Amino acid sequence: MASQLLEALGSPLNGFLRHALIAGLLASALFGMVGTYVVTKRITYIAGAIAHCALGGIGFALFARYELGWEKADPLYGALIAALGAALLIGAVVLSRSEREDTVIGATWATGMAIGFLFVKMVRRGGVSIESWLFGDINFVSRNDLWTVAILGAAVLILILLFHRQFVAVCFDEEFARARGVNVPFFYLLLLCMSAVTVVVLVRLVGIIMVIALLTLPSAISSRFARGLSGMMAWATILCALFLVVGLELSLRWNMIAGPSIILVAAISYFSILLIGKIQNRPALFKKRGQQQGKEQSPT
Amino acid sequence: MNRTQQSEKQQGAIEEQAIEFNDVNFGYVAGKSVLSGIRFNLRRGESMCIVGPNGGGKSTLIKLVLGLQKPTSGEVLVFGKPPGKMRHRVGYMPQYLSFDPQFPITVLDVVLMGRLRTGIQLGSFKKNDRAAAIQALEKVDLVHRARSRFSELSGGQRQRALIARALVDNPDLLLLDEPTANVDQTVEKQFRQTLQSLAGEMSIVIVSHDLNFVSSWLGHVLCVNREVQMHPTSSIDGKTLQEIFGREILAVRHDQECPPGDHVHHHG
Repeated sequence: MASQLLEALGSPLNGFLRHALIAGLLASALFGMVGTYVVTKRITYIAGAIAHCALGGIGFALFARYELGWEKADPLYGALIAALGAALLIGAVVLSRSEREDTVIGATWATGMAIGFLFVKMVRRGGVSIESWLFGDINFVSRNDLWTVAILGAAVLILILLFHRQFVAVCFDEEFARARGVNVPFFYLLLLCMSAVTVVVLVRLVGIIMVIALLTLPSAISSRFARGLSGMMAWATILCALFLVVGLELSLRWNMIAGPSIILVAAISYFSILLIGKIQNRPALFKKRGQQQGKEQSPT
Repeated sequence: MNRTQQSEKQQGAIEEQAIEFNDVNFGYVAGKSVLSGIRFNLRRGESMCIVGPNGGGKSTLIKLVLGLQKPTSGEVLVFGKPPGKMRHRVGYMPQYLSFDPQFPITVLDVVLMGRLRTGIQLGSFKKNDRAAAIQALEKVDLVHRARSRFSELSGGQRQRALIARALVDNPDLLLLDEPTANVDQTVEKQFRQTLQSLAGEMSIVIVSHDLNFVSSWLGHVLCVNREVQMHPTSSIDGKTLQEIFGREILAVRHDQECPPGDHVHHHG
């Protein structure tokens, strides 16, 4: 069976699909790298709250464009500003240790979504829907978006290349990093801001609700077999690209919405690997196999 | 003390002090002091063991030396300067459980973290950093595991990797916080030998609730229980220990963390 994806890409009518695929592959490297930090630093929930807060910015940008007449209000920039704001807010509260971390995460998460829905529902013009932002829609990925993705992605990649060793130290052992003179609060906030940018980069493709899975699942899978962080980043990048391509292929083949298809491919892979790991680690099975092998090998 | 130091300086007889505490008070919460009136110094090249009951302020003292906490009043000096300025001369091994042991990182990358410095450092570690890391791993006899994942090491090997991380920037002062809390006795014995071999090259400060560490090669014992008392090791006897811990004591179990309260084990 030929690939529906390759066939569709060849058709001149499918410019959006080409954009989506290019954006996805560009973003894979970003997701693999930032996802590795997020998973090892155990800040998946903070990244989740940041992603959901982006909705506040999207809602306001749509409202500003259609109700206030701000023609330059772009939901993607709205998402970026709101996500960065959420990152700094959560980061500041966590660093000050003045409030329970999980409570702040939950509060920010809900506030961002509340603001987003509030503004979107105030847009009276027809045809404006928030659904495509929540669940992603590849029909929306324009050439302009592609440039935004490329520029934001390049900025984050440069930061990683410059400060990888500081990020590793902050993720592994904050106290030791501080003892060595690393400015831990600065790099922690920078890491949260990078997560915010990364999440926004693929929000069009997979949507706000599910983007967090694509950020963390490839890294979580690769952490099970990579020896170090660089290996984990490389494998996570490859896996992320693979999930995107397979997800898009399946969505075309069975006429399904692209975002959820991609996420389900990632999730099924993740849970399968967890399950395989569990089965392999079952001591009873190992024992049996070991005993049998022992019997076979013993020369009698 | 400053006056004495100045006069000593004038005489040209002063040796550099590795650590100086001048009337240091510290509390995490206002009004609740953890350490009060701390005053001691440790000369460069000399080593000491910090002992005392749990919650007595041993780890806090180390954090003050590292500059991770600032004294509420008084002054902490490391090699004559505020701790923040002397980080490159201090090696630190935190308590083993202060981070996730399953973290996906190679042994070499763990050791390289010890080459981080204050200020702007861009890009990845350089050749000389890697060479220093390999050298530090050689010192603790762990070069063959440089490319292994840290989580695959045994308890004793992990501990050696962390020592290598503390040694990789050639410190003049080595701080170890409860280094033997999670290892068995054989490993502990080897570990003590490794440290003893380093003692000539640098000042070593070991925090321990384990009085077995009070052995002759550590010149001083600092007893911390909110206040401090410095003793030469030779003068430590049952009576001193009774004063420190507030009860009669012969030895402390060293294979587990002592819970607070009346749980000190007597051997013999």
